[in-house]
Amino acid sequence: MSETIELIDKYVVKYGRTREALMPLLQAIVEEKNYLTRDDMAEIATRLNISAADVYGTASFYAFLDLEKRGKYVIRVCKSIIAEMKGKKEITKTLENVLKIKVGETTADGMFTLLETNDIGWSDKEPSMLINHTPYTDLTPDKVIQIITEYRNRH
Amino acid sequence: MNQSKLKRSDIIFGKYTPTDYNVLEKTVKRPPEEIISDIIKSGIRGRGGAGFPTGLKWKYAATLKSDEKYVVCNADEGEPGTFKDREILLRVPRKIFSGMAICGYVIGAKKGFLYLRGEYAFMLPQLYKDLEILDAKLKELALDFSIEIRLGSGAYVCGEETALFESMEGYRGEPRNKPPYPVVAGFRNKPTVINNVETIVTAQTICKIGPEDYANLGTTDSRGSKLFSVSGDTPIPGVYELELGMTLADFVEEYGDGDTKAVQVGGASGFCVPRKKFAETIIGFEGIPTGGSMMLFNNKRSMYHVLQNFLEFFCEESCGQCTPCRIGTQQLRDGLKAIKDKVKDEDYLETLLGLTETMKLSAKCGLGQSVANAFKSIVENFTEEMVY
Repeated sequence: MSETIELIDKYVVKYGRTREALMPLLQAIVEEKNYLTRDDMAEIATRLNISAADVYGTASFYAFLDLEKRGKYVIRVCKSIIAEMKGKKEITKTLENVLKIKVGETTADGMFTLLETNDIGWSDKEPSMLINHTPYTDLTPDKVIQIITEYRNRH
Repeated sequence: MNQSKLKRSDIIFGKYTPTDYNVLEKTVKRPPEEIISDIIKSGIRGRGGAGFPTGLKWKYAATLKSDEKYVVCNADEGEPGTFKDREILLRVPRKIFSGMAICGYVIGAKKGFLYLRGEYAFMLPQLYKDLEILDAKLKELALDFSIEIRLGSGAYVCGEETALFESMEGYRGEPRNKPPYPVVAGFRNKPTVINNVETIVTAQTICKIGPEDYANLGTTDSRGSKLFSVSGDTPIPGVYELELGMTLADFVEEYGDGDTKAVQVGGASGFCVPRKKFAETIIGFEGIPTGGSMMLFNNKRSMYHVLQNFLEFFCEESCGQCTPCRIGTQQLRDGLKAIKDKVKDEDYLETLLGLTETMKLSAKCGLGQSVANAFKSIVENFTEEMVY
């Protein structure tokens, strides 16, 4: 908890105590720990002198500001119509098999969270997914297995 | 291969070096009125889809008196099937920054913002490098202007300009009432020119090549060329720059796979055109205007499935602020499924079409209003696929 407070204080210094600082603040916290807890939001509220409900209201609006515990690597598979036409289902199934979780879940070791998301801007190279900020395109089941293996080998 | 009937153009990507700020340098030595007049003369209209004349927007912002004015570049490209701004951001970012600085000079703004969708956060390191080059150039030119990048967090509705301002100000991305329009009261309630990425780049290109050469491209109603994001059942998906005013038949001849059943023009919020109407459909403001998303579907595809995907998208991305959109999108999704599942009979389609009309009239912003476009055009052209 105190670590997060340090983090919040660091970014409050960087972005300021104005309402306008809220989005960059929330984004910076999610960047570092992948999700926001209620305590985080309450702490931020105190520092910006707005209500905790206001912070929650804003954070919960945005799909990428996760309010549930997420893994170190958040995988978001694109589920646009083009992605579906190009084999998204197979990609999701492969990820579920490799990670042994369902969409919406996080691996027990806290490494990966598997999610689906709306169009990520790669309709010319579907199927595609984001792992944190990095896009992966023209996916095949084999390619997916290889990517996950690489991420696992980083540790 | 047959001679293509499409007119290609190459003014967006063209020759490029990241440090070449000649256009900016030359342009900011000209009187702002002259630049505005060039932009108006060129005939360019907003490239995000709505099509407001860019020159008039700039002109109006320039006339307003205010202690602060802003230039905002809308890089929240979220329309399904669109990825043209991605290519601009990756390949010619200097042209975006030049265009923003020119706009700032013209309207008297000292501050510009690039609102980048969260999905494109991977571009940030490179964009910051390019911004450093710009900053050095602005210093050299003694131009009081700077650009800040603000990041979105995965909300389609933030592409709506007033929702985008709300997001930049630290709130939920819920659209405001209009008027007042952004040009009067935009970001921080100050006069703001907000333009799509492609619009800004095109405006700076007009400053380079002159309004006459630009206006020679396209048609009377749709001046210039435009980027198209081509995807779906095509052997050659990608971003293409084409002159406006082509027929969909010519487009499909070039990009189709020989079995094209329908083209969704303008993404989920756009219109579905069936094969029998390809020849009569013109892509441009005299026909179907578009932000550039062109999704091709061949005869193997179920249009029911396409529409359900769009409706699911709208249900998730509706900001929830106004009832017609929040409830309407859900009712359309569930209603269409009920017909397919024979829980409701075919007549229920009429009720749903009526609902889209209500949404068009009463939804607060473009998101809810435009659901009718895809719904109506798919349901009316492919009724049997919805029912059986």
